[in-house]
Amino acid sequence: MAISDSDIDRLLETVNDTHGYDFTGYSRASLKRRILRFLRRNGFDSVDEALPALVGDRHIFQEFVFDLTVVVTEMFRDPWVYRAIRREVIPRLKTFPFVKIWHAGCATGEEVYAMAILLKEEGLADRARIYATDLNDSALARAREGIYPVERVREYTLNYQRGGGTTSFSDYYHAKYGSAIMAPELRKNVVFANHNLVTDTAFGEMNLVICRNVLIYFNRSLQDRVLQLFSECLCVGGLLCLGTKETIRFSGVSREFDVLARKERIYRKRVAT
Amino acid sequence: MKDDSSSITCACACVVIGVSAGGSGALPIVLSALPADYAVPVIVVRHLYPDAGPYGHDVLARACALRLSEAEEKAPVTAGIHVAPANYHLLVERDRTFALSIDERVRWARPSIDVLFESAADVYGSDLVGVILTGANDDGARGLRRIKEAGGTTIVQDPATAEFPDMPRAAMEACKVGHVLPLEGIGALLGKLRLDTCGGGET
Repeated sequence: MAISDSDIDRLLETVNDTHGYDFTGYSRASLKRRILRFLRRNGFDSVDEALPALVGDRHIFQEFVFDLTVVVTEMFRDPWVYRAIRREVIPRLKTFPFVKIWHAGCATGEEVYAMAILLKEEGLADRARIYATDLNDSALARAREGIYPVERVREYTLNYQRGGGTTSFSDYYHAKYGSAIMAPELRKNVVFANHNLVTDTAFGEMNLVICRNVLIYFNRSLQDRVLQLFSECLCVGGLLCLGTKETIRFSGVSREFDVLARKERIYRKRVAT
Repeated sequence: MKDDSSSITCACACVVIGVSAGGSGALPIVLSALPADYAVPVIVVRHLYPDAGPYGHDVLARACALRLSEAEEKAPVTAGIHVAPANYHLLVERDRTFALSIDERVRWARPSIDVLFESAADVYGSDLVGVILTGANDDGARGLRRIKEAGGTTIVQDPATAEFPDMPRAAMEACKVGHVLPLEGIGALLGKLRLDTCGGGET
């Protein structure tokens, strides 16, 4: 199946008009692969064939949003980044009386549980709250459940150890029917909520914003908008963690942050000048 | 003597190379044939362990006269060798900049050769040269077919000379490949390409 640029334009325009979801700021090359996957999975042979269903069928539209936005990540992806978080971020968070963390684009939640584990081990769990947001409701539902395929546990365990874990990863889940069920106490201080970085505004005053491997899916102007949002919601001295291939260097907010860990992409909000 | 200049002095806009098992031996042979002032951008997807880290390409860079660096998202596709980072797919956008994704593995690979080749074929069409080298799987076969369908030039390492022949063989089964050559021949062929600045591609 082949789809053209104008097919994609027409599709995105229709979806924006009828459902208010704006994907026009997403990077096209990956978006195209995802649209093709959606069409194939749902038995559509062309964009034109899918359009009526996308407009009229709520369920199909949910599938569409899921296919276009879901990111399957892993717990403690890039373990060396988590070592830097323990080293650079945690001591600074400890200076705040209460810690508010916004995990933007949390997808199915793997990295939220990673952060919750880290907070617990660093003695911050009782005075921290994680706001975990995503625009994808099905992904959020999975994040809330915290149930992951048990096949991935070996990888997570290795990542956990490499990331500076202080006990045993098996303390945080129990295995049942081929699944790893994360310990409910980990989400005691987690609030899962729907938030669309494209259209929604910032909320609250945050001490830490985590947004990893989300910006790579956005074009430059949407990246700029989102980084502006993060800068606005962070308190002075607040911290920002991006994916290891993402940077604030060429964005409008580059001068509002100091670099704390260059390779790990950890930044600190400056005093306004 | 046969004049083969018609096939080997073609102009192109970009070269994409896919390699898997056996790549550490094969890549230096091909890439060291390119001079420091080689004007055609070269993009390489090489299957690496996910935690290979940012230093995985140092050995390769030392073997090349041409500048080699890891591809960065949003950076323009310019002259030099650009290697996909470990654990990310690498794609080319319409405006000829790089994009990265952490979408699921394709044919068990991330970065995937198919993902790069298919996106580059969309952008460069007949001005693209695709190369498949040694490897023990079939990643790249669909991508090379897409390049062929878009009118681009296809090159595959002769399976008889490949450390791991599966990937070249899969590519040859997927489409009628234009050039089947040993590594030295591929290096020499690429070395003769010149940058097409006015579009059009090979005849």
